[in-house]
Amino acid sequence: MKHLLILGGGTGGTMMANKLAPVLDAREWQVTIVDNSEKHYYQPGFLLVPFGIYSMRDVVKPRRQYLPAGVKLVISSIDHIEADKNKVVLSDQSILPYDYLIIATGADIHPEQNEGLVDDEWRKSKFDFYTPEGADQLSKFLKGWEGGKLVVNPVEMPIKCPVAPLEFLFLADAYFTEKGIRDKVELRLVTPLSGAFTKPRASQVLGEFLERKKIEVTPDFGLARVDSKEKKLVAWDDIEIGYDLLVSVPTNMGDPCIGRSDLGNELNYVPTDKETLLAKGHDNIFVIGDATDLPSSKAGSVVHFQSEVLFENFLEHIEKRPMPAHFDGHTNCFIESGFGKGLLIDFNYETEPLPGEFPLPGIGPLSLLKESSMNHYGKLMFRWVYWNVLLRGLELPMGSAMSMAGKRV
Amino acid sequence: MGTINILGKQLAVDADGNLANRSDWNEDVARELAKQEGIPNLTSQHWTIINYMRKVSEKEGSAPSIRRLTKESGVDTKTLYQLFPKGPAKRAAKIAGLPKPVGCI
Repeated sequence: MKHLLILGGGTGGTMMANKLAPVLDAREWQVTIVDNSEKHYYQPGFLLVPFGIYSMRDVVKPRRQYLPAGVKLVISSIDHIEADKNKVVLSDQSILPYDYLIIATGADIHPEQNEGLVDDEWRKSKFDFYTPEGADQLSKFLKGWEGGKLVVNPVEMPIKCPVAPLEFLFLADAYFTEKGIRDKVELRLVTPLSGAFTKPRASQVLGEFLERKKIEVTPDFGLARVDSKEKKLVAWDDIEIGYDLLVSVPTNMGDPCIGRSDLGNELNYVPTDKETLLAKGHDNIFVIGDATDLPSSKAGSVVHFQSEVLFENFLEHIEKRPMPAHFDGHTNCFIESGFGKGLLIDFNYETEPLPGEFPLPGIGPLSLLKESSMNHYGKLMFRWVYWNVLLRGLELPMGSAMSMAGKRV
Repeated sequence: MGTINILGKQLAVDADGNLANRSDWNEDVARELAKQEGIPNLTSQHWTIINYMRKVSEKEGSAPSIRRLTKESGVDTKTLYQLFPKGPAKRAAKIAGLPKPVGCI
């Protein structure tokens, strides 16, 4: 019996289990998936919880329900991987051997990496919205908040869903406007980037949005520490920004088990071949999604496109044939812009987000790099697509490689 | 793709304004790039960082992040920000003639 072991039952791990289990011969292969929780969270939904658009009930389902028959689910934390011995050691020291390993352990926030962030004021005047608890607590806090200075601060790149801090501000603008207290709220993005976003044309478009919505931007801000007493952010070059409400996106890191296994870089991301998705230096370990060190966004859409590449490559690689598929860095993100509208961006390693129509050239119905109501409905509809199509490993009506059709250069 | 004028020569740059060709770089070019970034003199500490970045990039194909700079170069973050104000990894990469570090996605 050969063992395929999948670490992590999130978006990437679940999709790979659903794609591979039906095609691998059950007399030859045992597929096992390890995760530390029975709950599967729809992470893109966290953004909408603070504003009451989604409740916590909308973003969580039982993990088992999304795994195919025949796949064994082990609920446990992972102590470490022994790559030279082809085995994984769980937190109770029990051992799972493997012939092939897929690392899908994701990324998480690590507020303890940021000086002064976690103290008595954590989740009282300083919040995150990247965890279920954080999003839920912030939602309760916002209901009673009467206004002041709201600062959104991604501390360090890369972060999961790099547009989320902007979306949070756009949604906050709409939320406080509808509450009738927008004039009492000052909104500010404090970012380590030189502008609103990393890709030049999208950065310009999104920068104009921020300006129009009267959201201030402090660029090139390298956070040294948070001073909770004085309620201010202090940068390495001593610039200070005051806040009443801090919404932080703390340092994101890969799973600590990657660090303990000595398989990661300085942020516990696994060095990964950007085209084949094999872990560098390990011929029987693949990596997918946020767990990789790839120069693509950490986002569900990326995991989806990678899953198709990994599926094709895996089936050839186990037969010792050359791997046919190459990941091109394809990313596709809905960006909520508030008041029932949204934008959509589509890009890869080489090509930055461009205006146009998507997925049908000249028709849409979605428009790229431009605000529309249809894009907003696309985002809301996507939650259904996630649970019912994506996780189950079914095909969406678009290929994994980015297409230039319908785009204006 | 644009170009910049360095010491009387037109050198190709990428979308971020960083040198497109590694072979165009030398220490004199670095000193000129530094001036354009508002750093009039490159001290031995600056060179420690620049050389470290070039070494990593040579070996691994991309420039290191600020977190890794702090961990491995022997220069702490506070000092890095004094040496290369407003974004040490970004700026040191530019002066070192390397593409912007990945991680800023």
